[in-house]
Amino acid sequence: MTAPLIVFFVLAALAVIGAISLILQKHPIHSALSLIVVMVALAGLYLLMGAEFVAAVQIIVYGGAIMVLFVFVIMLLNAGVEEHTSLSKLAGPPGLLLVVALAAFVAATIAKSGASVQTAAQTGALSSTKGISEMVFKDFVYPFELTSFLILVAILGAVVLAQREKS
Amino acid sequence: MRSFLTTNAELVITIAKIAILLFIVLTVNAYLTWFERKVVAHIQSRWGPHRVGPHGLLQPLADGLKFFFKEDPTPAGVDRFVYFLAPLLALALALTSIAIIPFGPEPIHLFGHDIYLGIAPLNLNIGILALFAITALGVYGVALAGWSSNSKYPLLGGLRSSAQMISYELALTMSVVGVLLMAGSFNLRDIINAQAHHPERGIFGWNLWPQILGFFCFFTAAVAETNRVPFDLPEAESELVAGFHTEYASFKFAMFFIAEYTSMITVSCLCTIMFFGGWLSPFPASWTFTDYLPSVILIPFGLWVIMDGLRYETVFGRIILPGVGTVLTALGLALIVLPQFNNFIQAPFWFLSKVLVFLFVYVWMRGTLPRFRYDQLMAFGWKLLLPVSIVNVILTSFAILAKMQWGHQ
Amino acid sequence: MVPTNYYVILSAILFGLGVFAFIFKRNVITIFMSIELMLNAVNLAFVAFSQALGKLDGQVFVLFVIVVAAAEAAVGLGIIILIARNRQTLNVERVDLLKL
Repeated sequence: MTAPLIVFFVLAALAVIGAISLILQKHPIHSALSLIVVMVALAGLYLLMGAEFVAAVQIIVYGGAIMVLFVFVIMLLNAGVEEHTSLSKLAGPPGLLLVVALAAFVAATIAKSGASVQTAAQTGALSSTKGISEMVFKDFVYPFELTSFLILVAILGAVVLAQREKS
Repeated sequence: MRSFLTTNAELVITIAKIAILLFIVLTVNAYLTWFERKVVAHIQSRWGPHRVGPHGLLQPLADGLKFFFKEDPTPAGVDRFVYFLAPLLALALALTSIAIIPFGPEPIHLFGHDIYLGIAPLNLNIGILALFAITALGVYGVALAGWSSNSKYPLLGGLRSSAQMISYELALTMSVVGVLLMAGSFNLRDIINAQAHHPERGIFGWNLWPQILGFFCFFTAAVAETNRVPFDLPEAESELVAGFHTEYASFKFAMFFIAEYTSMITVSCLCTIMFFGGWLSPFPASWTFTDYLPSVILIPFGLWVIMDGLRYETVFGRIILPGVGTVLTALGLALIVLPQFNNFIQAPFWFLSKVLVFLFVYVWMRGTLPRFRYDQLMAFGWKLLLPVSIVNVILTSFAILAKMQWGHQ
Repeated sequence: MVPTNYYVILSAILFGLGVFAFIFKRNVITIFMSIELMLNAVNLAFVAFSQALGKLDGQVFVLFVIVVAAAEAAVGLGIIILIARNRQTLNVERVDLLKL
């Protein structure tokens, strides 16, 4: 049991516990907090893999901006405890079965193609920030500019949607 | 035992560093409250705390004991988990950000191991980005505290405060990009070393002069981020009762308090590292006689403390103050006598002095400036600071491009 | 070193849990959060493969996924606020005006 393996299992357990807690909690704010735990655990896993820039961006953007937006909306809308109707109680067991089947199918596919993706190489030589920035600004500059345009559209959309009706 | 220590030396050293740094940071926090009360009082032409211990120096101890013994009620109808989580989160994140700051370039050689000053490893390639990540998560402490208190004023204060923190986070991050362009790395040690390229320039080699716009943006945004005057409307007493920490009593309030002062210290450290040369001396490197400046400051100060203590009014002061003064004078003399120790202490001395200057500026602003109204505050952040920091990035990029094109012709 | 398989299996588990939350939960905000969970699971798979192949393309794609998720969260939450204002409920089963 090497140290990276122990760290992986701890972080993976944290992520799975967070995801299960997202499902089992009754109040949306507790689900939001569980999702933040999942995201921080995933950022730890990215650090373990040597993707330090992606880990930092995950915490800053996902954990520090998107989830804050979720928490704000839950607070502003005063979302209360969830109610479960008969239909949702009916969908529980078949949903669980389907999801287990899906996960088992994906896991089996991966395990069968084991040989080609067993080795985990180290992306150590080029610092990940420098490498990513070179790729984004040289090879992927067109998608980069498109995403900036996309964010502008999203901002305008959010502003228009949140306006009060002029009555 | 010995073999365990030798095989896991790195782990043991890191844990020891964490414990020592935690102790130092919490003590500095406590005496920062004393410092603030004294300075604000003198600005307002009154004495601050001066009864508890000589010159009020034991006031933080008395405050700490009060926090321990005061009743800590939990209001009715709160969401218990989130109510207990919020101050814990704020404090944990604020203290974690101290781990990334380097305090000196030279390691201490002890038992055959090189112990560097600062908990983070030397080659932490995302130094400043990690600090911003921790700051980004700090919004949760405030927002969750306001919401979980089940009361109107804390909810409003919490929402306003977290909206303010998110808005100024953008200006904070953008104003640093100029420094990063000049240094070429996120690593804090590299940023300081990039300012040491011309040691004969001394104070004129710091990042402050090329990045003066960035410095003002960063400092203003950082003051807003830490919810200090003049941006402290969400927690001001006359406006919103006490903002998001209204319903928090003794110990949990102390946690928020410590978190706020610790983030003040972190921001001061960041300002010195990025704009003021970190641990570099402001004098040119050829002026080696300035190496004796720590002794020149310590010895007269120690002698003054002794003289003041001998004529102090209480018996306790007449014992403690001369003792403290003797220790300071002895330290100053030791620095003159031991040149190796003197060389080692230069870098941390300059770093700590600059951090103290920034903390003084923070407290000075609290004593003098009135606070912004909330809409003025938000307009200032979005309509002034963010465009100015973006202009700073553009100007810096053009300057670096021009230097690359015409500098190497 | 941790084999890449482990990361991808963890990604599959998280994705499955996200799908289950999407089906089972009734609060529209929680459903939206399960979508974010699914996106995160996919990000993990991308970074794992990027590390296995030694190239940085996967990490660049993760950056784009995060940006798109941010834009989608902003607009989606705006729509959710409008639904809550108009129908006075956050339960998806009650937003059924188009039902026959």
